[in-house]
Amino acid sequence: MDSEIAKAQEERKKMEKELASLTTLTFDKELYGGTDRDAYVTSIPVNDEDDFEVGDNEVARKLASYTAPKSLLKEMPRGGDEMDDGGFKKPSKIIDREDDYRRRRLNRVISPDRHDAFAAGEKTPDPSVRTYADVMREEALKREKEETLRAIAKKKKEEEEAAKEGRETAAATKEVAPKRRNRWDQSQDDGSAVKKAKTGSDWDLPDATPGIGRWDATPTPGRLGDATPSVGRRNRWDETPTPGRLADSDATPAGGATPGATPAGVTWDATPKGLVTPTPKRQRSRWDETPATMGSATPMAGATPAAAYTPGVTPVGGIDLATPTPNAINLRGAMTPEQYNLMRWEKDIEERNRPLTDEELDAMFPQEGYKILEPPASYVPIRTPARKLLATPTPMGTPLYAIPEDNRGQQFDVPKEAPGGLPFMKPEDYQYFGALLNEEDEEELSPEEQKERKIMKLLLKVKNGTPPQRKTALRQLTDKAREFGAGPLFNRILPLLMQPTLEDQERHLLVKVIDRVLYKLDELVRPFVHKILVVIEPLLIDEDYYARVEGREIISNLSKAAGLATMIAAMRPDIDNIDEYVRNTTARAFSVVASALGIPALLPFLKAVCQSKKSWQARHTGIKIVQQIAILIGCAVLPHLRSLVEIIEHGLNDENQKVRTITALSLAALAEAAAPYGIESFDSVLKPLWKGIRSHRGKVLAAFLKAIGFIIPLMDAIYASYYTKEVMIILIREFQSPDEEMKKIVLKVVKQCVSTEGVEAEYIRSDILPEFFRNFWVRRMALDRRNYRQLVDTTVEIANKVGVKDIVGRIVEDLKDESEPYRRMVMETIEKVVANLGASDIDARLEELLIDGILYAFQEQTSDDANVMLNGFGAVVNALGQRVKPYLPQICGTIKWRLNNKSAKVRQQAADLISRIAVVMKQCQEEQLMGHLGVVLYEYLGEEYPEVLGSILGALKAIVNVIGMTKMTPPIKDLLPRLTPILKNRHEKVQENCIDLVGRIADRGAEFVPAREWMRICFELLEMLKAHKKGIRRATVNTFGYIAKAIGPQDVLATLLNNLKVQERQNRVCTTVAIAIVAETCSPFTVLPALMNEYRVPELNVQNGVLKSLSFLFEYIGEMGKDYIYAVTPLLEDALMDRDLVHRQTAASAVKHMALGVAGLGCEDALIHLLNYVWPNIFETSPHVINAVMEAIEGMRVALGAAIVLNYCLQGLFHPARKVREVYWKIYNSLYIGSQDALVAAYPVLDDEQNNIYSRPELTMFI
Amino acid sequence: MQASDRFNINSQLEHLQAKYVGTGHADLNRFEWAVNIQRDSYASYIGHYPILAYFAIAENESIGRERYNFMQKMLLPCGLPPEREDD
Repeated sequence: MDSEIAKAQEERKKMEKELASLTTLTFDKELYGGTDRDAYVTSIPVNDEDDFEVGDNEVARKLASYTAPKSLLKEMPRGGDEMDDGGFKKPSKIIDREDDYRRRRLNRVISPDRHDAFAAGEKTPDPSVRTYADVMREEALKREKEETLRAIAKKKKEEEEAAKEGRETAAATKEVAPKRRNRWDQSQDDGSAVKKAKTGSDWDLPDATPGIGRWDATPTPGRLGDATPSVGRRNRWDETPTPGRLADSDATPAGGATPGATPAGVTWDATPKGLVTPTPKRQRSRWDETPATMGSATPMAGATPAAAYTPGVTPVGGIDLATPTPNAINLRGAMTPEQYNLMRWEKDIEERNRPLTDEELDAMFPQEGYKILEPPASYVPIRTPARKLLATPTPMGTPLYAIPEDNRGQQFDVPKEAPGGLPFMKPEDYQYFGALLNEEDEEELSPEEQKERKIMKLLLKVKNGTPPQRKTALRQLTDKAREFGAGPLFNRILPLLMQPTLEDQERHLLVKVIDRVLYKLDELVRPFVHKILVVIEPLLIDEDYYARVEGREIISNLSKAAGLATMIAAMRPDIDNIDEYVRNTTARAFSVVASALGIPALLPFLKAVCQSKKSWQARHTGIKIVQQIAILIGCAVLPHLRSLVEIIEHGLNDENQKVRTITALSLAALAEAAAPYGIESFDSVLKPLWKGIRSHRGKVLAAFLKAIGFIIPLMDAIYASYYTKEVMIILIREFQSPDEEMKKIVLKVVKQCVSTEGVEAEYIRSDILPEFFRNFWVRRMALDRRNYRQLVDTTVEIANKVGVKDIVGRIVEDLKDESEPYRRMVMETIEKVVANLGASDIDARLEELLIDGILYAFQEQTSDDANVMLNGFGAVVNALGQRVKPYLPQICGTIKWRLNNKSAKVRQQAADLISRIAVVMKQCQEEQLMGHLGVVLYEYLGEEYPEVLGSILGALKAIVNVIGMTKMTPPIKDLLPRLTPILKNRHEKVQENCIDLVGRIADRGAEFVPAREWMRICFELLEMLKAHKKGIRRATVNTFGYIAKAIGPQDVLATLLNNLKVQERQNRVCTTVAIAIVAETCSPFTVLPALMNEYRVPELNVQNGVLKSLSFLFEYIGEMGKDYIYAVTPLLEDALMDRDLVHRQTAASAVKHMALGVAGLGCEDALIHLLNYVWPNIFETSPHVINAVMEAIEGMRVALGAAIVLNYCLQGLFHPARKVREVYWKIYNSLYIGSQDALVAAYPVLDDEQNNIYSRPELTMFI
Repeated sequence: MQASDRFNINSQLEHLQAKYVGTGHADLNRFEWAVNIQRDSYASYIGHYPILAYFAIAENESIGRERYNFMQKMLLPCGLPPEREDD
């Protein structure tokens, strides 16, 4: 045995050696993902076009095999998710559902405060404040730099290519590898000068201009690199190899917190040491997580790639000093959330993979047959972090291994107890709220710091607190907003909103805070407008509808508070920002501003922007604003339509293709919003549009076509016909376009053209249909869902013009196509066409083909979740009506055969089909056939799949409904007993169909069934009152009514009254409703005695049940109540004096219904009597009780008149006790709102005082 | 504010009073209430034509004059507000 073990050890050693030889490279591999350096692009392009190309490449690569379209593949799992979560959204991080484009919001910088020209008046702005001019200059600088960089890149590429060519000719014989290295070196040589220039522009600027104030204001110095948007150009080599995403750690606006905490004037360029705090924070990476001994031992100056970031700014020594010691690791306030998450994850994995202890091993292995070996002397255990360290070739050599178990005691996951009743703090929050954990003496803080602390506390409560905490905190923030001041508030709130781990709910709450605060701060927000926009704009493109609405609301409030001038000044610089994301969101925000402040106010500005000579981006954004305005405010653009069109029309001939495209799209949006009016405003663009479709291709053409598609429906019939013919040539040409987007647009335009009045059927038939069907009615179209939808819609629209026969005739053969999705598309089209237009157009031959086709398609279906085939079958059969008679035996044969099928789905569809066509079968006088089907279905009632059973019950119900109780086979007396056990089934669909069927029988054919059977059913029905679905409970309660009507109320009532004793509330409530319904159907006098007798049972639930039944009873019987009011008054008296609150509440609501029912019927004496019992309850504080009491008094106002209730009220209006006055004024107010006019005659007579006349002499006039 | 107050009286008072000017609250004094009463009364007189006609006959004025008078009286129906006692 020993020799075996020795051999195994030998082998392992060999393997380890091999591995060790590999590990020399792992350093690079870990960093660069295992591929060679050469595989890296040295820069990432910014343009959108390049992104598109990437997408194309991917498609091209994948085309080797046939597969479903990507959109479909992506959609499917999503559908599954929606089903799973049962309608409730789980708390989710926003960032998880965002795509890359939306995530670009994190690249934005919360810009420093800006100069408020209104507040400053005539004064020259302080140089330390950023003014509009500063911002504009910066933007111009950025743009210029971007252009320069682009030029440099271009030149570099050219040079490289030239060099490559030269090399290729010169050293053609050389082998590939050295050549590549050669190029690598050379490119670095070439690049060095360039790089120097670049870094100079990136980094030297702040230092070179130390005096300029605007750099001081930038709150996150570590992010300068980002603020200057060299993002796209950033060299990969410069990136810190953080394990989390770098962009994220950049985006956490950590710096925002730090300068705030040290307001004593640490300016960033004055003392570079100020940088030290934030810098290590953002650079804390895996490198920093090394155990303590490591961190200080390793001189990482050269090795830390982070140093590349801050060469000029921070002295290198500073970084080394800042390398975190273990204490710093513990202080998680300084960690970015990603890093924390990563660490948490790592810890978790480590915990799972920890080595087994000796005890555990002893427990696992048998005691005998094994030998415990001594570990070899050279053995050192390898753990994950340790392996990483070993792999890192540090200059000082590998330090000794530190046992990680020591750290276990640190309890990373358990947060420090938050002091002072603060809510739980998530680890991600430490960064923002960490200061709250320092148990500082608040007295010692300066007032400013106290304020900061207070704001932080309130925000934390809003973000993480319980609902009451949140509510009070929100209220305090609102009330004290002006006291706190805009600056401190927004400096706290806005960074939180940029937190990458934010969840939907948290964002909602924070946005709510902003909204409230905005309202209070009003014009004080002006310097912060841009900051707020930076965090709110992303909401406008969120996929969640409510987030978008919220974003709009905030921006609209913001623009109302700040005013148009400030809004424009804040957003103008972003209009020609180089980042498309920024321009997009800015355009959307501008449209909100326009809708808030009115379009006319914004028109001059828009006009100027759209004509900008300086950059096409500005024109593009300006036109996009118009588009967004149209989308946002819809038909309200009509008054300004002409001016909006005039502003953008020149864009159709713009030199830039993107501007032309967006102009066409904006025109489309305007026309869509204006429909069906406003064609005269588009006169000026018709010509360029129609000229454009002849000269353009591709995307621009698609946009132009879209615009035309929306404009044509606005035209008069003659013009529409003319222009349609013009555009149709192009459209028909584009029918063959392989571009999916173009296809969709073409289909849409065809639909719009065809539906306009002037286009004639004959023209469509001869000119459009042949090409249309040849190009679009192909199998491929059925695979993409959006194409599918659009094609069906367009075809249905064409059918509306040319009639059923042409369309159905063309596609009916395809019902037998071999592709199922295609058959389904055909079926759906036929269904819609036939449902719209009927089947009178269809001749005998087509009818035959059609029935044949749908039978084939129905039988051949394998999977159909949307019931397309079923609906289509039903629609066609119902449209054909009596003409189906000859085919019915065949159809029924199919159904019968399929009812017997092995697959549950098939059986279910067959049963569903019966319920669809039952009415038509009756029309065709096929009652015998239906009876036969009834018997067949009856035999299948033993079905075990609930979905199928539900459908079978539904089919039975349809048959019973159609042929009636008497002719039904099997006879009702046999059918119903078979249903009784099925009532026990808990499946919703079964319950619903079964109770419907039973209820129908109880309603129409109760006499066929003995009373004993009905009583049995009554007991079963009680159980159904527990159902979750409201429809089932309602049907059950109604069935009680029918049964009571059939067999008399006594027995049913006894059952129901007994059921009042059960514990479940819902069950009791439903029982009371059932009692009330029984009383209504069988007249109250048959029920009331027993019911009132039941009140004598000394049990709370029963008494309340009785009262509730009375309440429902009087609600249902209305005026009939006047005969019973005197009978129940003593009972209500007793209930209104009961100690139990619920008694009084329920009795009060009974009184309300009673009063409302008998208003004007002469029962005032009883009502006043009851009012005297209700009135003392007005001081109740329990919400339900006080509501019921107030409603009872309202009822009395209606029944007795306002004057009488006012007299009750007057005694307390000026009561010395405030609590009393409040209640009485509340009653007075509701009286006043309800019948103000009636009070005029009843107001008390007030005596005049010295200067004041209170009397109303007019009322005493007498003729 | 306690939780129990949430549903009762004053939660929406501000909104209510913005919507219905004539509604009152616990701190309303005699004068303010009287002004509301007077204004409501005049509004009611003007709104009910038969009453207006009745007053016109009783006072021997034209109906238009009566209506005008009532509208004028709605401006300061009870005279100037009394001086606040202390504060």
